[in-house]
This record gives sequence, C-alpha cells and structure tokens, in this order.
Amino acid sequence: MNSGQALLVATLALPAVGAFAAAAVPARLDRAGRIAGTVAAALTFVASLLLLSHGTPGGTGPIRPWHELNQPWVPGLALRFHLGVDGVSYPLVALTALLTLLCCGYTLWKVPEPGRGRLLVALLLVIEVGILGVFEALDLVLFFVFFEIVLLPMYAVIAVWGGEERRRAARKFVLYTLFGSVLLLVGVFVVVSKAGTADLIALTGGAGLPRGAQLFAFTLLALAFAVKSPLWPLHTWLPDAHTEAPTVGSVILAGVLLKMGTYGLLRVGVGVAPEGARWAAPVLGALAVAAIVIGGLVCLAQTELKRLIAYSSVGHMGFVLLGIATLTATGAQAALIGNIAHGVITGLLFFLAGAIKDRAHTGLLPELGGLRETAPALAGLLGYAAIASLGLPGLAGFWGEAFAVVAALRRGWTGLAVVAALGAALAAAYFLRLLRQVTHGPALKPLAQPRLAGAELLSWGPLVVLALVLGLVPAAVLNLSADAVRALAEVVR
Amino acid sequence: MTIDQVALLPAYAAALTAVTALVTDLLVPGRRGPVLVVTALGSAATAVAAWVVGGQGTRQTFCSPAGCSYAADHTSAVVAVVFALLTLGALAFSVPALRGGTPPGEYCFLLACSLTGGVALGAARDLLTVVIALETLTLPLYALVGLRRRVVASAEAAVTFFVVSVVSTAVTLLGAALLYASTGAVHFGRLASVLADRGALVSPPLVTVGVVLVLIGLGFKVAAVPLHAWAPPTYDGAPLPVAAYLSTASKFGGVVAVLLVTVQALRPWLDVAGPVLAVLAALTMTVGNLVALRQRRMVRLLAWSSVAQAGYILAPLGAFAVAAGRSEAVLRLAVAAAVAYAVFFVFLELAAFGAVIALRGDTDGGEISEYRGAGRRAPWVAGAFTLALAGLAGLPPGLAGLFAKVTIVRALLAGGAAWLAVVVALNAVVGLAYYLRVVAVLFSPGPSDGPATVAPPRPWPLAVGLAAVTLAGLVIGVAPQLVLDAAELAAGR
Repeated sequence: MNSGQALLVATLALPAVGAFAAAAVPARLDRAGRIAGTVAAALTFVASLLLLSHGTPGGTGPIRPWHELNQPWVPGLALRFHLGVDGVSYPLVALTALLTLLCCGYTLWKVPEPGRGRLLVALLLVIEVGILGVFEALDLVLFFVFFEIVLLPMYAVIAVWGGEERRRAARKFVLYTLFGSVLLLVGVFVVVSKAGTADLIALTGGAGLPRGAQLFAFTLLALAFAVKSPLWPLHTWLPDAHTEAPTVGSVILAGVLLKMGTYGLLRVGVGVAPEGARWAAPVLGALAVAAIVIGGLVCLAQTELKRLIAYSSVGHMGFVLLGIATLTATGAQAALIGNIAHGVITGLLFFLAGAIKDRAHTGLLPELGGLRETAPALAGLLGYAAIASLGLPGLAGFWGEAFAVVAALRRGWTGLAVVAALGAALAAAYFLRLLRQVTHGPALKPLAQPRLAGAELLSWGPLVVLALVLGLVPAAVLNLSADAVRALAEVVR
Repeated sequence: MTIDQVALLPAYAAALTAVTALVTDLLVPGRRGPVLVVTALGSAATAVAAWVVGGQGTRQTFCSPAGCSYAADHTSAVVAVVFALLTLGALAFSVPALRGGTPPGEYCFLLACSLTGGVALGAARDLLTVVIALETLTLPLYALVGLRRRVVASAEAAVTFFVVSVVSTAVTLLGAALLYASTGAVHFGRLASVLADRGALVSPPLVTVGVVLVLIGLGFKVAAVPLHAWAPPTYDGAPLPVAAYLSTASKFGGVVAVLLVTVQALRPWLDVAGPVLAVLAALTMTVGNLVALRQRRMVRLLAWSSVAQAGYILAPLGAFAVAAGRSEAVLRLAVAAAVAYAVFFVFLELAAFGAVIALRGDTDGGEISEYRGAGRRAPWVAGAFTLALAGLAGLPPGLAGLFAKVTIVRALLAGGAAWLAVVVALNAVVGLAYYLRVVAVLFSPGPSDGPATVAPPRPWPLAVGLAAVTLAGLVIGVAPQLVLDAAELAAGR
C-alpha cells in the first residue's frame, strides 16, 4: 500500500476509530470523549489535506484518480472496496473534513441539550465516514453502502439534540431520504446487472448500456439524488430538518450532506447514464430554475431565522443543479464551486443562526432586532455571510451562480437563464430583508452574551476566510477540477 | 432396499438429543442445568455431523426405481447447521422461561424433536417426506406454544396455531395428491421430468391447481399472505423463546420447503409457480409492513414485521414470473439470494427476540410503551436491539440487513423483474417507519415517577447467547460473503 492509498484509508478509518473512542468513554468523562473525537476529526482533516499532493494521474479513462485503492470485498455482490479522489471529489472531501472538525471543536465549547456531547461527536464522526466514503467511492455498490451509512446517525442527531419538533422532523428526514436511497439501490443494480460491472471508472460514459436501460437508470438515480439535494418539489423534508436540528447538525446537513446528492448526480447519474441525462436535461433544468424562484419566494415569506436559511438552500442548490443539467464543462465547474461555496457560506450562516438563537432564545424575525447595537460583532458576521450568500462578486457565492447562468445561456436555454438570474435577485431581496429585521431596527431586548466566545471565533474563522478567498481566487478550486471536469464533459457529449 | 445409515447420522443425532434430554430429566429431576447442557451439546453434535456427512458429497438413501427420498448433500448440511444454530440460540434464550417454572425436560425434548424435523427437511427429496419433515418440525411447537401455564393467551395461541396449521397441511397434501394424480410421481426428479412434457399430461389445469395449492400450503410455515394471520396472536401468546424459534426456525423451514419444491420438482412449471410466488411475495411484504405500522404490542409488531420479511425472502423467486428469470444462471442466483436473505434474517430476528427476552425476562413482550427508558437502564441490550432492528430495516449500522436487501434487489434485477424490485424498495421505506418507532421509544426518557422498574435478572447463558448472536450479525455484516457462499453451496446441485 503506497502513501496515497494509506491516506485514503486513513480518511475513513480515523473518524471511525474516533467515533468508537468517543462513544466508549464513560459518561463522567464526557469532555475527554469530545476531545478524543475532535482529535480524530483534526487528524482526518490533516489526512485530507495531505491527499492534495499527487503526481500526474495515470490512465486515459474519464475518471483519472490521483490516488486509488482497489480491493475485493464481497465478490458475490460485485462489491469492491474501490476508493479514489480526483479533482471533482477532492474539494468536497476537504470541505467535509473541515466542517466536521469545526463542528466537533464547537461541541467542545457548547453541547446542545440534553448533553452527552461525546455521543453527538461520535455520531458526527460516523456521518463523516459516510459522506467521505460517498465522495471517495469508485465502486457503484460501495457508493450506495456509504450513502446509507449517513441516514440513521443523522436521524439520531436531529431526534435527540434537536428543537421542539425534533421527532417529527427527524422522522420526515429519514423516511424521505431513505425513499431516495432505495431508488438509488434499484438504479445501481439496474446498471450493474446490465453492464456486468460496478466499477465507476469503467461505467462512466455509458459503458455500452442500451438506451432503454440508461433512461430507466437515470430516472431512478436522478430521483434518488433529487431527494437528497434536494430538488423542488422533493425538498419538503429539508426546512423541517434544518430548522429542528442542533446547530452542528444543521451545519453538516446543509454544508456537506446535501452535496452527496449533487455530487452523485454529476458523478453517477450523468456519468453512468449520459444518454438518460441528455434525455432528461431540459426537465432537470426547468425544475432547477423552479427551485431557484420558488425557494426565493418562500424565503421572502419566512419569519423564522433558521427556516429562512434552510429555504435559501433550496434556491442555492437549484443553481448547482442547473449547472449540472446543462451537461457542459462550464456548468459542471459552476456546480462544483457552487457546492463548495454553499457549504462554506451556509455552514457559517447556520453557526451564526445557532448563536443568535442561543442568545436571544428565539428565532422569530419579528422578535429579533437591533443586533447591530446589542452584539455588533455577531451582526457584522451575519451581514458578511448574508452578502456572501446572495452572490456579491468578490465573495464565494458569486461564481457558482454566475457561471450556472452563463452555462445555461451557452446551452441555448435563454429563458431559463433569465429566470434564474431574476431568482438571484430574489436572494438579494430576502437577505437584505433579513438583515434589516435582525441587525437594524430598534433593539428589542438585551442579549444574554453579546460578545463572541473564543471557541466561536475559532470555529467560524476558517469559514469567514474561505468565503473571501474562494471569492477572490476561485481558481483555487477550479484549477483542481478543470481536467477532471473536461474529461467528464467529453464522454457525456 | 439398503439404507445408508451414514446419510441419516445427523437426523439420528438430533433424535438422540431429544431422547437424552428426556432421560436426563428423569435421572436428575428438577434441575435445569444438566438438561440444557445435554440438549445444547446434542444440537452442536447434530451440526457437526451434518457438516461432516454433507461435506463428503451426495449420499442418497431410501431409493426406489422412481428416485431417492433422502439425500445428504451440501443443501442438507447447510440447512441442518442453520437449524442447529437456531436451536442453540433458542436454548440460551429459554433460561429465564425455564426459571419461571416451565418443565425443562419436556421443553428441551420438544425443541430437539423440532430440530429433528428441520434436519430431515433439508434432506427430503420427495413431496411426502417434505410434508412429514415439516410436520415433525411443527408438531412439537403446538405444545411449546401452549406451555405458559394458566395463561389464556398461551392456550389460545396454541389452538390458533394448531387449527391453521392443520388446514394448511391439508391444502399442501391436496396439492400433492393432485400432482400425484396427474403424474404418478412424488419424487422431485421424477416429477420434474414428467411435468416437463406438457403434451403428455392428462390435465394441465389440474397440475396448475396442484402447484398453486402446494405453494399456498407451504406459505403457511413462512407466514406468507394469505395464511399469515396466525402468526401475530401465536407469537404474542407463546413463551418468548418459543416465539423466537417460531419466527426463525419454523420460517426457515418453510423457506427451505418452498425452495426444494419449486426448484427441484416444479422446475418445468416455473411459468405457473413464478407469478404465484411473485404475487404472494408482493402481497406478503406490503400487508405485513402496513399492518405493522399500527401495532402497539412489541411481539405483535415483530410478528407482523416477520410477515413482511417473509415477503422479502420469497421475492427473489418472483423473478421466475419473467421468462428471463427462468434461465439456469438467474435461477441459481435467485435461489441463492432467497437462502442468503433467510439466513441474514434469522440471525437478526433471533437477536431482536433475544434482546426482548433480556429486557422482559419471563413475561410476555408487553406494550411498546413499556420499553421507555430501556436505553438508560440496559444500554448494551438496547444497543443490541437497535442493531438488530436497524438490520431488519436494512440500514447501517445493521450492515447484515443492508447486504441482505442488496442481495435480493440484485437477484430481481438480474432476472428482469424490475417492478418487484421497486416494490421491495418502497416496502423498505414503510418498514423503517415502525422499526424507528421502537428505537425511538427505547431511547426516550423513562418514567421518572411511578414504581421503579426493576430490570429482570439476566442469566449468563442469555447474555452469552445474545452477545454471540449480535456478534454473528456484525461479522456477517462485515463479511457477507460467508453467508453468500453458504447460500450458493445450498443452492448448487
């Protein structure tokens, strides 16, 4: 096993070991358990950074992994332990490792009710295993297995540490997303039984699948990923889950869990069934634009802070899906940077929303106000994150949305592009409304703890910096993925 | 006619176990330990004998010019080993019930008698031997179900079970008689060769009726719709370890019988048997899951869930309904998938019942709401229960259940029965809803005031048994190839 393969295994094994260590610690040493989990998350992040150094990837296939590990696991089910990272998956791997580390670190400082923070950390680490596994899997069946790992731990995070309606929200989340993943199961095996292999590298580009099978498979896969992403009208689990989840749960959900859907659509849906993707692209594009507009309109009517941010995710993921639906290299690039930007900015927004709700003991917009006076630092950060999220040039949110519109124009979807651009203007409207209500206006009541804690600054700082860096130097991500995206676009065309 | 005694060795071992248990109880009256030890050793010896005899290749006996009625081969070896392991599990779980006053000698005698039927079933190669072996498997269970003295529910359960069982046996026998009338054969090989030549049959419609009746009658043991309604009241009234044995060993026996008859005898009539099995499977899983949603008592919920699981077990055979599903390769795949799913299922189900027994002791399963706070009072048992339920729902961390689900979906899609795969997939979503309800109750806070609930004593054999079954579930979750290989061994001829 060379160093790259060892790193791939480490990104999955370290959080798994950390989860066991954190969960095994007795209750009276709760803090020690959280520290153990955070150390594991930190080591995972280091391993994910080390994955960046790579030579020239070999091979001429549509996927050229920088590092690759391929071992048999269950030959009877065509399941191989086949991992790899390339330019498409690497940014998401790094983002996942970073957000999990920040969430674990945040939990060191603050554990949501009803305590038992070490178990929360353990669950976050298990979720990390699942998400990283999805991004690293190069075997279709393995991809599915990792896709399923996330479900129950996330259910537990919402159902145990969530808000008042947590039970219902958690159940809705898990049943909806299981519905998606069983369709994924059927779709995966439609492909595997027709193609005779589950190797994603061999399958990308269609692998000679007959047209009928591709259309059927793409329908199932697209439905599965549309639930996860989520795509309007399959999004209704998202607002409840995001609103009721504890802060760290919302951050992981919005920051990286949704990306399993968009990444899956790009790598598995479009990659494995390009015929089906070409056939369904106009429908996907139209639904994505509908999501942008409807998400924006619904946001305008929201009166709860976390719910507003949750619905804004529907709109932002609409841009990502629009980029993928164009089936062009530009669109795929837009989707990738849009994914990363949304993960960074919405992660930050949920951290801030959690902090505001903890201090004001309410998330209702009419009851908040005057944050500028009572907690200037918090208000400034919220303003920064909101402006980044509405897509101001120079901050991370801009590139993904702008390029998605450009890609739609180049594809000839002028009408869709215009409507999507108008949808972006809606985002400006609701975020400015949010800022007016929360930061400006008269201060309604003093906050419990107006200043920012050191732990908060530490866990938010990296996201603040990343939102600016990605906005100024988007090439940092785009250059990583350029080759991989071009190779993918070629086989799809 | 010479009789190959070696081929019969496993059945002798099981029968001898039964006699020894009774004799031991006479020699050391009133002591549970020796009887249990003797029965456990006897079951283990049966497993070893079956493995050794079956591993040597095929040994046939009770032969006539028409064919052989009894064959010790890989199939019989795998079946006998599974039955012996299930008996061992049931014995370990019986300790609380035996402490509660159930007569140990009779109890162990009946259990070992039932084991004898199971061992003979795996080796049966004609319709009559199959029916006799199944009856030997079931007959002792009537008495075992009614063993809870002075409990009306127990007596009711025994009567319900007895009546439905008699009716179903009559139905099977009627079907077998019709087949015999049409073909003049009861041996599997001969039946298949006569049935293959449809032009020479006196009355093909009569054969069709015979096929349908045999399958429906055998569906009783699996608790398949329409002969499923006995299962919930019977499980709920029976002593818990007997319910565990019923829902695992008895169901496994039914599966083996259905497989033997369909694949070996009715092979040329799969175009008739296939649609019947497909409809039975689809109805069984849907009815089981939907009714389970509304259950308030723990054992009834498990019973209805096991009805649904019977549907999943039969599902791969539904592939025979499609012409593509009747090819040699797909047939083997489907049979292996059904056996594999049944093996995965019995381990998970046994673990679930073991956990219920550990939480309840020598009482009945009780209301689901009575399990509140179990996660605090007995975290390990609740953990094992959760793992088993997650497995039954087919989700990680119950990886065994996940791979079981994958196995059947793969077999169905390889056979071209995509519609049934989608039905299975959607049923998995419904299933998760009620399994989650139980898990949520386990980990919700217990009653704070009111009488302090005293945990029932957990004798060490029960603890060891539960740990062993849970561990086995984990091992086959990580290395499902073990089960798949065994299933292929059993399916191959």
